[in-house]
Amino acid sequence: MIETFQLPDAQRPSAVELSDVNKSYGTYHVLHDVSLKVGQGERIVICGPSGSGKSTLIRCINRLETHQSGTIIVNGVELTGDSSKVDHVRRDVGMVFQHFNLFPHLTVLQNCTLAQRWVRKRPQSEAVDIAMAFLERVRIPEKAHRYPGELSGGQQQRVAIARALCMTPGIMLFDEPTSALDPEMVKEVLDTMVGLAGDGMTMICVTHEMGFARQVASEVVFMDEGRIIEKGVPETLFGSPSHERTKRFLSNLLH
Amino acid sequence: MFDFNLFLSALFGWPLAKGAMLTVVLSLLVMSVSLVLGMAFGSAAGSKNKLLRFFVGAYVWLFRGAPALLILLFVWNGLPQISPIFRAGWFTPFFAAFLALTLIQIAYLSEILRSAFDAVGKGQKEGAAALGLHKWQIFLLITLPQALRIAMPALVNEFISLLKATSLATVISLKELMTITQFAIATSFRFLEWYGAALVYYMAMVSVLTIVQSRIERALSKGHR
Ligand SMILES: Nc1ncnc2c1ncn2[C@@H]1O[C@H](COP(=O)(O)OP(=O)(O)O)[C@@H](O)[C@H]1O
Ligand SMILES: [Mg+2]
Repeated sequence: MIETFQLPDAQRPSAVELSDVNKSYGTYHVLHDVSLKVGQGERIVICGPSGSGKSTLIRCINRLETHQSGTIIVNGVELTGDSSKVDHVRRDVGMVFQHFNLFPHLTVLQNCTLAQRWVRKRPQSEAVDIAMAFLERVRIPEKAHRYPGELSGGQQQRVAIARALCMTPGIMLFDEPTSALDPEMVKEVLDTMVGLAGDGMTMICVTHEMGFARQVASEVVFMDEGRIIEKGVPETLFGSPSHERTKRFLSNLLH
Repeated sequence: MFDFNLFLSALFGWPLAKGAMLTVVLSLLVMSVSLVLGMAFGSAAGSKNKLLRFFVGAYVWLFRGAPALLILLFVWNGLPQISPIFRAGWFTPFFAAFLALTLIQIAYLSEILRSAFDAVGKGQKEGAAALGLHKWQIFLLITLPQALRIAMPALVNEFISLLKATSLATVISLKELMTITQFAIATSFRFLEWYGAALVYYMAMVSVLTIVQSRIERALSKGHR
């Protein structure tokens, strides 16, 4: 079996540390002084109304978006304009998108080996072995030679998770991984994520799946209008939220 | 009236075959060079740099607007007036035709490729960037193959138009298919037979391209429903 994840280690720096991060799209100020610390092996769930800046926040962590001020430190590396630092961080951080973003012109297996070959410089045979191991892990090895377009949404999302895991990241980002799925496929993807959490993966998940949050989150973060309004363990945040906005959001979610 | 034997000997004779070869070689050269440059122009058209976008816009405006015949004559007759470089031996009708047609073809291909690049969603680049792939790797491995698939029918259509447009080079005496035909007619006055034979050549070339086009499309559409 392949050595996959580094175990949490008190000596190592926080997995992700954001301090007073501000981000604007042009003149539109999206993130206001966001600070968040994620320890190794922690599982953070971010929730909040649509447009509150959740995607922007996690996309700043692997620099798909650039922030204007504040600091973002990932496994001890600060994200700046320096492209070698960006490379370093992207090597450590895997991401799963709402719309999967699989490469439609490549087979499932090729989707999983491409970056291994070009970024990790692994030989083809090793890349294939690793890809098959992770496809096995998301329980979809039989689709290795199919194209993404031939798979259901849930299957595609599991492939996307496997593709990210093939790079052996220490941190995984999930941006609403189940929102684009038909209800009957949500479970298979969440089960995969629960399994990942059980292995000690550091995870930052934007999701409104409260059951998932209760089951795996070490901390739930509630965002609104580009600010972190409150955070806490799931029982507290869901059971007795201290802010009016959180209460309103949660009650809307239930009804 | 129609001398069938003359038609056959024109069709299978060396002169037309050589003319057709020249037509094919010229078309392939123009297409390859303008495909590469069209990609560069097509990416530049979608760049953030305003000056670059303006330059590409102006280029496309000029070379799509001007008639091909005019550009061909300008390159062949006008350039030597501008600079003695173009009066040297290497500036042959073949090179002039290549230059003129490439200038035009770049304009058309860059438009096609720009919209094909646009059609490959932003999510593809982000998915690749998140895996740690670099800009050039993303372009070559992710964007380009998908854009070419999208652009393929239009590109083959452009190639067909180009193949026919090479016949314009007859005005600068390039010995391609049409020029050879005209020469033969000038001495024999057998219009029907020679035009007929030339038509067969063009139709054969275009038909082959059409078959290749459908083959490529089928190969490229793997996995796409
Ligand atoms: N690329 C962009 N350009 C301009 N505005 C954007 C862009 N991406 C997101 N926004 C805006 O920023 C705000 C936060 O968006 P987002 O982070 O996607 O929120 P969420 O994921 O919480 O729904 C929204 O108002 C959205 O319209
Ligand atoms: Mg979002």
